[in-house]
Amino acid sequence: MSKGRKYSKEERKLEIVKVACKLFAKRGYYNTTIPDIAEAMGMSVGNIYNYFKSKEELAKYIMRYSSRLLGNEIRKINEEDLSTKEKVYKIVKRFFEIAEEQPELIEYFLRVFLSNREIFNEGCEGFLCVSEVITELMLFFEEGAKIGDFRQQEFFPAFTTLMGPLGGMVFLKGEGVLPKSPVEYSDELAKNIWNALKNG
Amino acid sequence: MGKKTLLWLQGLSCNGNSQSLLNAENPSFYELFSRVELIFHPEISYKENILQVLEKVLSDRKKVNFLVIEGSITTNKRFHRIGDYTIGELIDRLKNKVDYIIAAGNCASFGNIPVLYREHKDIRGLQFKFKERKGFLPPDFKTKSGYPVINITGCPMHPSWFTQTLIALLEGRKVILDKYNRPKEFFMYLSHDGCLRNEYFEWKVEAEEFGHKEGCLFYNLGCRAPMTHAPCNKILWNRVSSKTRAGLPCFGCTEFDFPLRENYFETKKNIGIPEDVPLGVSKRVYITITGVAKTLKNERLSKKLEETD
Ligand code: SF4
Repeated sequence: MSKGRKYSKEERKLEIVKVACKLFAKRGYYNTTIPDIAEAMGMSVGNIYNYFKSKEELAKYIMRYSSRLLGNEIRKINEEDLSTKEKVYKIVKRFFEIAEEQPELIEYFLRVFLSNREIFNEGCEGFLCVSEVITELMLFFEEGAKIGDFRQQEFFPAFTTLMGPLGGMVFLKGEGVLPKSPVEYSDELAKNIWNALKNG
Repeated sequence: MGKKTLLWLQGLSCNGNSQSLLNAENPSFYELFSRVELIFHPEISYKENILQVLEKVLSDRKKVNFLVIEGSITTNKRFHRIGDYTIGELIDRLKNKVDYIIAAGNCASFGNIPVLYREHKDIRGLQFKFKERKGFLPPDFKTKSGYPVINITGCPMHPSWFTQTLIALLEGRKVILDKYNRPKEFFMYLSHDGCLRNEYFEWKVEAEEFGHKEGCLFYNLGCRAPMTHAPCNKILWNRVSSKTRAGLPCFGCTEFDFPLRENYFETKKNIGIPEDVPLGVSKRVYITITGVAKTLKNERLSKKLEETD
């Protein structure tokens, strides 16, 4: 980190979140320690604790931060003047773009949040730490079904039809078995998702 | 000074509001009409002849202070007539003679169920047709007292909403109206306010069946109370209960769209998300709060009430 300018507390906190997220995503939650994060940040261990009381707290914060970020992206698409079909294509594309720009966010979700549920017991139960994403997707589905574009069904089948393939694609990418980048499959996948969800 | 007078006329009506009025308490029907002279009521008056009553009123030999209309308005004699008049003609002739016009119930207020008879266009409420100000009387119409038609909505209205409004007017108190010309004193509340199931609503514990003591009826069973202006859980029915207290959903019968919905026992949802959310919050806020509440379990509310500590 450059030392030339002063960082505000908020900026510094965000920096810790980004660095920690990368380390967690790469090495796993249990193989990453606060001293590792401190070292990567060029900070003292004690100073990190000024920002986060524990590794667990940091882990939850990262999840909330990523959810807000992704939720905001979906919200922007939700509020655009586009057809439901166009929105499906755009959400899929945006998801893969984020996965490319900040792969650690999605990796973190798959490899820490979903794999180490025990860390997220208190304060992150259920959807508490990913509520922005869920809320925006609920609004998206509700609106689409209300105007007759989506087939009526319960929320969770619709939700997994959209998010399942996205997670799957990023997972395959992470495993190194995907010949092309996820963005390049974006339209093809969006077409499948749209066909599965559309009304009639 | 003599007693103030009240004339009750019916248009296209099922008599429900009259039946409701007979159940009035504090004041009761008889107490009320010992203070007010009831010139005529089609269900109760047996000595008077309506045509003679009307003749006196129309020729200004009898003053009417309160004209109460129950039922929707039409000017088609095939559907409705009193003597040789339709209810529409009578209102036309009486509207500038009386001090107040009160619409008793949803039909007189909004047109309500009779308007659904689509083959005939000439059926409406006194000053509204559903939510539009396209009733029988013009939108800016006011009686001599300066009030528009005062709407006591409901299918039927609660007797107390009517009697208390009447008494307020008798005593010269100012009655503040909402945008549908309903007295705010009653219709500023939602029928959700005061329901015994409010805790279940907060924690999103949903009832799956009718008639049980536990669970909120909003998510599955069609309860409209969080979007319905009415003090049904403040001023109870027959002083004992309300629909939602008894485990039946609020049907939203005090609102203009009451007959426009389809299934009264089911919540309209899109991909599992309620299409209408409680008044005062956006859908985004509602969904967020619901998600949180659903995740955090309230132990007490997961049991039968009899089994709680
Ligand atoms: S049953 Fe209806 S009135 Fe009662 S708490 Fe639930 S939504 Fe409100």
